[in-house]
This record gives sequence, C-alpha cells and structure tokens, in this order.
Amino acid sequence: MQPYATWKYVVLIVVMILGALYAAPNLYGEDPAVQIATQSGDPLANDFGEEVDKTLTAASVTAKRSALANQQWLISFNDEASQRTAADALKRALGNDYVVALTFASKTPGWLRSIGAKPMTLGLDLRGGVHFLLEVDISDVKKKSVERYLTELPAFLRKQDIRYVGRHQTTDAVQLDFADADKLNAAKSALGKEYSELVLTVSPATPLTLEAKMSDVEAKRIVDFAVKQNLTTLRNRVNQLGVAEPLVQRQGQSRIVVELPGVTDATQVESLLGATATLEYRAVDDSDANAAAASGVIPPDSELFYTREGRRPVLLKRDIIAAGSQLVDAASTVDQDGSPAVSVTLDGSGAKKMFDFTEKNVGKPMAVLFKERQVVTNYNAKGEPMREHRDVEEIISIATIRGVFGKRFQTTGLQSKEAHDLAILLRAGALAAPVDIVEVRTIGPSLGADNIRRGFQAAVLGLALVMAFMIFYYRVFGAFAIAALVLNIVLIIAGMSIMSATLTMPGIAAMVLTMGIAVDANVLIYERIREELRDGQTPHASIEAGYDRAFLTIADANVTVLIGTVVLFAMGAGPVKGFAITLALGILTSQFTAIVGSRSLAYLVFAKRKLKDLPIW
Amino acid sequence: MRIFAKVPNINFMAQRKAGLWISSLLSIGVILMLLLGSLHLGRNLNFGIDFTGGVLVEVVYPQGVELDTVRQDLAAGGYHKPTVQYFGGNQDVLIRLAPEDKASSSEISAHVLQALGAEQKGVQLRRIEFVGPQVGDELTVNGSLAMVFAFIGIALYIMFRFEWKFAVGAIAALIHDALMVLGFLWIFQVEFDLTTLAAILALIGYSNNETIVIFDRVRENLINQRKGTIYDIVNLSVNQTLLRSVITHVTTLLVCTALFLLGGASVHSFSVAMIVGVIVATYSSIYVSTGLAVALGVSREDLLPPEAKEIDETP
Repeated sequence: MQPYATWKYVVLIVVMILGALYAAPNLYGEDPAVQIATQSGDPLANDFGEEVDKTLTAASVTAKRSALANQQWLISFNDEASQRTAADALKRALGNDYVVALTFASKTPGWLRSIGAKPMTLGLDLRGGVHFLLEVDISDVKKKSVERYLTELPAFLRKQDIRYVGRHQTTDAVQLDFADADKLNAAKSALGKEYSELVLTVSPATPLTLEAKMSDVEAKRIVDFAVKQNLTTLRNRVNQLGVAEPLVQRQGQSRIVVELPGVTDATQVESLLGATATLEYRAVDDSDANAAAASGVIPPDSELFYTREGRRPVLLKRDIIAAGSQLVDAASTVDQDGSPAVSVTLDGSGAKKMFDFTEKNVGKPMAVLFKERQVVTNYNAKGEPMREHRDVEEIISIATIRGVFGKRFQTTGLQSKEAHDLAILLRAGALAAPVDIVEVRTIGPSLGADNIRRGFQAAVLGLALVMAFMIFYYRVFGAFAIAALVLNIVLIIAGMSIMSATLTMPGIAAMVLTMGIAVDANVLIYERIREELRDGQTPHASIEAGYDRAFLTIADANVTVLIGTVVLFAMGAGPVKGFAITLALGILTSQFTAIVGSRSLAYLVFAKRKLKDLPIW
Repeated sequence: MRIFAKVPNINFMAQRKAGLWISSLLSIGVILMLLLGSLHLGRNLNFGIDFTGGVLVEVVYPQGVELDTVRQDLAAGGYHKPTVQYFGGNQDVLIRLAPEDKASSSEISAHVLQALGAEQKGVQLRRIEFVGPQVGDELTVNGSLAMVFAFIGIALYIMFRFEWKFAVGAIAALIHDALMVLGFLWIFQVEFDLTTLAAILALIGYSNNETIVIFDRVRENLINQRKGTIYDIVNLSVNQTLLRSVITHVTTLLVCTALFLLGGASVHSFSVAMIVGVIVATYSSIYVSTGLAVALGVSREDLLPPEAKEIDETP
C-alpha cells in the first residue's frame, strides 16, 4: 500500500491547529464589561483611554482590561459589582455625549485576539433579548412624493408661463387640466425635460388632462431612499438606548430588523422605534382664540391648536420660527424650578431666525408645538392590517420671551419620561416614513441560558451515542471516524467564529444533525472496505479501494444536502438562517475530515503493517 | 465479530409495484387531507405562530399550576379562547392568543402578566412573541417556494450527474418523504413552525443522499458487470448498499433521538420531523426512487459513459 502523501498530513495538521486556535475563544467565557461609544457615532478621541482611567481611579474600581474594540471602548471587570459602579461613574463623568452600556466581554487572551480569533455570536434565542421586525409604510412614502409634485409641478409651469386650468391628485399621480392642446403640449415637453423621472400621459377627453406619474424606477428609488433613511434614523435611536451590540438591518425591500440583546422590556423600546415626534416654535396670534374655536372662523395666517394642559384653544401663526429639523442637539435636563425640560441647540439658520424673532418680540408669548404621529394598527376580519395614523398636535408650553436668544435654549412643559424620549427623538432625527411593527419576539435571559444548556446536553449525548455505536460496530475504524467527527465539530465552531456567524438553537440542532450525517461518509467508506474484503481483496487494497471509490458518492450526496441548505438560507430569517449556515458548513468540513482525516489515521496505523485481516468487524 | 459477513440477497424489486402503489395512495391521501384542512373542511396542520400570526407567551409559575386556573385568569383579563398548554413540566405554561385578539403592541405582555396575577403569584415571563398576520402569510408562500426550489435544484443536479429517469425517481421520493412527514405531523398535530420547515428541507437533502448512493452503485455495477438484466443489477445494488443505509440511519436516528430527549421544546418538532423523515427515507430510497426509475425503464445505455468509437477498419 502506498503511504499517504506527506503533504496531506501537513495540510491535516495545519487545519487541525488553525481549527483549534480559532475555536478556542469559545471556551474562555465572558467577563462583565462596560462599553462606551460616542452618541454621534464619531470615533473616540485619542486620549479617551486616559479619561476612562481617571474616572475609574476616582471611583476606585479596577478594570481587568480597557481597550478600543471596533471603535468602541470596552472595559472588562472581574465582577458585576465593579461593572455597575464603573458604569455609573462613567455615565456621570462622560455626560450626554456618550453612550455607556453594560455588556459582556470575551475572556479570550490577547495573543489569540491578535490573530483575529473571537468567539461565535450567540443568537437572541440563546442569550435573551428583543427582536423587532418593522415594516416601512411604502404607500405613505409614495403619497408624500405625489403631494410634493402636486405643489411643485404647477409652480414650475407658472414659472414657465404655461397656464393650466386645474390640478388634482389621484392615489399615485398628479393630474393637470389644460384649456387647449397647445398649452398641454408645451407643458408636456417642458415637464418632460425637467422631470425625466415622471411618466406623462395625455387623456384626450375634455378637459384635456396631463397625468404625471412616477416611473417604476423612480418609485423604487424613493422607497429605497426612505427605507435607507429610516435605517439610519433607527440606528441612531437604538444607539441612544445604550444597548450593547444592537443590530439594525434591512430585510427585503421594505422591512427592517432590530435586535437588542439583553433587553427584556419591549414596550419602552417599541414606542421609541415607531415614534415620529418633533417640535415647532411658533408665534402666538393675539386674536380671540375662544371665539375662533366657537365660530370656526380662523384668521388666514393662523391655525388653531389646543394646549396639552387644560385643552385651552390657542391661535398660532402659520409661520414656523424653528422646527425639529433645524435642531443640532437636544438633551433632557431640569430647569431652575426642577421640572423636566429639553435643552435645545439650533443650527445656524434656525438660530438666526430665532434671534431675529426674539429680538423684535421681547415681552410677547411664543408657543412650543409638540407634534407626534402615532401609528395604530388594527386587524380586520380577514386579518389584514388596517393602519391608522393619529396625529397628535399639542401646545406643550407658551412662554413669554424674556430676552433675546438664538442658538441654545430650554423647552419646558413636559413630563420627565417625555422629556427623555423627546430628546432622543429630536437627536436621532425623524423617520422618513412611518414604520409599523409586524413582529416582536422577546426572549427572557433564563430561556436563553436554558436553551444553551439543553443544546449542549443534546450534543454531548448525540456524540456519545454515535461514538459508542461506531466503535462497537467498526472497532478501531470507528475510533478513526469519531476522531474525524470531533475534528469536524471543532472546524464548524472555528468556521462560524471566523465568519462571525450567529449561533442559534436551530444552529445547535444542525450541529447535532451534522454528527449523524458526517459519519455517513465514513460508514460508506467502511462498508466498501468490508465489501472488498469479502470479495477476497487484501486488507491494504481494500482500504485504498474503499476510500477511492467512495469519494465521488460522498460528494454527490453532500451536494444535494447543500442545495437544500442554500435554499433555506435564501428564504429564511434569523434562527433558520443559523441552521442553514451551520449545516452547510458542517457538510463542507465533513467532506474533508471524514475522508482526509480518517484516511490519514487509517494509513498511519495500517500502512506499514503486514495484515491478514482488518479489525473492521 | 463478523456480523453480516455476506451481502444480503433480498429481491427488493419484486415488490416494487406494490411499493409504488402504496406510496402513491398514501401521498394522495396526505395531499387530500392537507387540502381539506387548508380549505377549513377538516383538521389543518398545527401551524405555529410563525405561520398563523398571533401572540405567544411562555410563563413559569413558581409551583405547578392547573391549566383551568390559567384559562380563568386570562378570561377575566379579557382574553377569550386562548390556547393554554403545558410546556415541559406543569410549572411552564404556553399561552397562544389568536391574531385578532390584540393589535401590534408588546403592551400585551404587561396585560397578560397582569391578568395572570404575575406579581402576587410570582409568575415569570420566559418569552413573548408577536407575529403580524402578513408576516405569517408571506412565510407560508416563501416556505412553499423554498421547497419547490429545493426540488428543482436537486432534480437538475441528478439530471446532470445521472439521467432524467433517475431524477424523476429521486424527486418522487423527496415529495413522498416530505408528504409522509407532513402527514405524521398532521395526524399527531405536532406544531409546524419555522424550524420544522427547516427540518423538512434538511430531510429532502438527506433522503436524497440515500437515493444517490444507490444510483451510484447501480451505475458502477452496470459498467463493471456486462451480464445481468437491469432488474438484477438494481437488486444487487440495493442489497450492497443496504447495510450502509441501515447504519447511517441508525447514527442519524441516534443524534435526532438525543435532540428529542434533551434538546428541549424549541427543537421538539424539529427532531420529531427528522426522526419520522429518516425512517421514511429508508423505504423511499429503495421503493420510490429506485423503483420508479426502474418502472420508467432505466436501461444500461442510459448510464454508460459514451464509449470511444471502436475502430472498424484498419488500413
């Protein structure tokens, strides 16, 4: 029998060592840790470490390790008590510009980290947390842009001096009526040049109508844009929550997944994710608001609103002095009287307008209008979602302008939690389109820990059963197969760690299943060896024939399992994707371990011996 | 220990017609059951909330609790017709609420816990899942599509590696296996959730594995043995691969049993589907896929590699 080529042994040993190294971080466990990032998402300052050290020394807490990791500062501690003390101290010292979150840090030693080894990420089903699936309201996005065209197109035509006689809006198009065909054609060519994203159709009936509709490409683009903008906004909002390792990710055309490990109270997060709240600063109209409310006759440049406290009618000027979009910063705070407030910083243009206005109106009242869009989803008899938007517009405060101000000021009249949430919402920006929460899964931490324990036990039992069976049935060859199987598991774990794949409960099931499927390759080979022996071949020739002939069969069989996993990966979400990845990886590595691994062992043991028979039955 | 020192010699193909008939009838039966179920004329598969939408709450009581007490508490809290069942022991309770019971708010967790009297009784929330009905509908469509794509992908691969008659046989076996598992889940009302779907897709690949091993051997025997009818060669191939099939299934069954026993509730239906599927696959790889390929008239010429033309004339 030809000895197995040396380079194959070398490859096998290299793979074994690499596999062991990259799988190792999963054994070390985790330390309680604190994670710090900037509120804005900007990188941390160069001397940030010193600031942290100073704070920790002042709080007399010793950190086990303190270093930059993925643009975030990560400090691990020996126990949870110091973690909490440190987090409190850091929150106080760093203030509102930083997000300080409790988390866990891997105990992986530095030399392993330096080669890029890190533990697998655990899915929410294994460590607890909240999973949200949000649906972006596409119809709202489209409607908004039709509304925009409804004012933009006529304005454009007026500028071009092309007269239209009427305009209307349908669900997805703007219609413009014209008195004669000349004007219509002029409008059509002018609009066609300026608005190439619109599809213009002429209807010959009277009145002559030109219908402008967004092209499919444009419609797709605006939806895409809105979803991306929402993604950014949601990411900002989630960052404000101070949760470690949050995930905000697009899924399909119009969905967004938000996963927050470790969070158990979905309610608070939910209201923050879906909310669209903003503030407007407006001048108060002195006319009699009670009379206007009673008669319904409202001055043309004013609008009627009610105060939050006491539902008192107030007339406000239509002109907005400053709005949420001009805000550069907002923080919840308390005013001189100790009542909750939001401290606001405006951008240049907002500050200028505010300055001009307050300069001219000292002694007069100014109102703060709070606007919130709440999305209420009900389901009709068919189970279809009926989305209703309820716009809340309330005056939260009316204050007399006591002095001239511009860039920075405070807004009062809120409840404490409201001030906190509003500051977050103002900072994170508005959602480009309303979102609807279509799926929420909250997994308690105890369930996650339970799942890990159960998965581990099942894996150990599975391995033990397969081991016992294989060794009983195939003797020493069974032991080779088991060695290959153990290497296979190590390689799966190493591969998942390198790919930063997420381990989920179905993923553990896939790992257990792989054990069963992976030994199949060995069974195929060994049965072949037995067959060759039965046919009177020498033991050495039988071993060679067994491995050579089985190779293609095993590959064929594995390809079909892979097809299934690819399909599963393509359609699946969350945990099931974890299943597909793990199974696919397990099959690929088993093709190597079951064949090369067990073969080199068999050759190592038997190649140089003189054999009359093989201990394979 | 020379157990199985000889290749068995069982005439499997003798019963191939009976096998095909039984399988066809069973498959049609399952299709009818599922159709009637989905038209609300009979019992449907026990779909989980992944597919139906709705709310699922898992809570743990400090002591064992009667399900009726839980139901009464919930009814008092305004939740009618909830599905309440034990999940593991009699302290762990799973509550399922229909989708129309409540809109899309996770406030429901607070409501349910309040209704259960969580504070006084020390009830702990383990998990709460809310799935909107549109997500469930989509999943049903995507899940069915996934199966179809898997079938097509595997069929193409077998056509490429073997021959169309084998591909037809293999796909028939896969559909058969999937249907038998669904039928089992239907009869015993095992919950059908996303991981169960994953199990069925994994099974499709696994069961096909069997078929390919047999096909491979048929091809090899056809090439090596010029004598014997196709019928004999198929029989021989099935016999030669029989032991290997049995042993592979034993190892797979062992790990699935480990999952079933220790894996806990979240992989319960996964392991049930796998166990049933593995058992069915043993039969179907012999009688459905191979049997059908033989019935379709697979011949020696179909599988032999194109030979170099013999030289008739030499100058």
